[in-house]
Amino acid sequence: MSEPDPDRTGEAGDLVGGFRARRKGGVTASFAESQAGIIRALVSQVEELLEDPAGGAAPGPGPGPADPPDDLAVLLGRTGPATPPDDPVLARLLPDGYREDTEAAGEFRRFTEEELRSGKVAAARTVLDTLPEQGGKIELSEQDAEIWLRALNDVRLALGVRLEITEDIAERSQDLDPADPRAAYLWVYDWLTYLQETLVRALR
Amino acid sequence: MSVAPAEVERPEVRQDAVPDTPWVTIVWNDPVNLMSYVTYVFQQVFGYSRRKAEKLMLDVHHKGRAVVSAGTRESMERDVAVLHGYGLWATVSHDK
Repeated sequence: MSEPDPDRTGEAGDLVGGFRARRKGGVTASFAESQAGIIRALVSQVEELLEDPAGGAAPGPGPGPADPPDDLAVLLGRTGPATPPDDPVLARLLPDGYREDTEAAGEFRRFTEEELRSGKVAAARTVLDTLPEQGGKIELSEQDAEIWLRALNDVRLALGVRLEITEDIAERSQDLDPADPRAAYLWVYDWLTYLQETLVRALR
Repeated sequence: MSVAPAEVERPEVRQDAVPDTPWVTIVWNDPVNLMSYVTYVFQQVFGYSRRKAEKLMLDVHHKGRAVVSAGTRESMERDVAVLHGYGLWATVSHDK
């Protein structure tokens, strides 16, 4: 697990105060247009990734006539794929429910993955619906704030996989060549970490 | 030791029906989830006190994993699905 590093989030903290609790309930935060743009772009990318059916397991043979229970399940929309997604980001967002039992993991996934996917997509849409493109001051109910918390976390998990984040990331980012394109994303990652931390604190 | 006679039929025991070998939900450490967030999730999902949630979070952080709930297989699968919704890395396990 991680904690925001004050030495590295100070800069981000100066630019945006992050989330604060409101006296009448819920939370508030102010975003510059560029900041709203970054959040909206990343949340949209996660949403698209989760919506893409091809982003799931490789398509297998469809249920044939000899397989009526599966047919029925598909018709009722009750089951999803039984194998983890190939994309490492999706595999992190939609992880296995069993560690050393592939059969149980497959069954678990068949019955839970669709709901997990749609829940994450809905969370992403809530962020897009409540954060105007031009930024500005936003106010969120406690319920929407918790949805934001999960959506920000999904973006951080996705970036974490792509940036190969480890627990000693602080040391690693100092070694990174500033010309490395990952350096800019690491800054964004740190900022989102700071933002999420302020949101957790505002909610408790 | 002895060998059971081959013709004796053993009743099929459903593992998840045995109360003294519970199923558990395990949360695994990962480098992204914030310590404050994980504590918050344990409080929200399980209704644990801040103190208990923090202790579990620190167990995950320092030991790499922690058992966060125990019960029937079905209820553990529900817990794991909810924790996946929050982005935690959780799995169902049979506590032998």
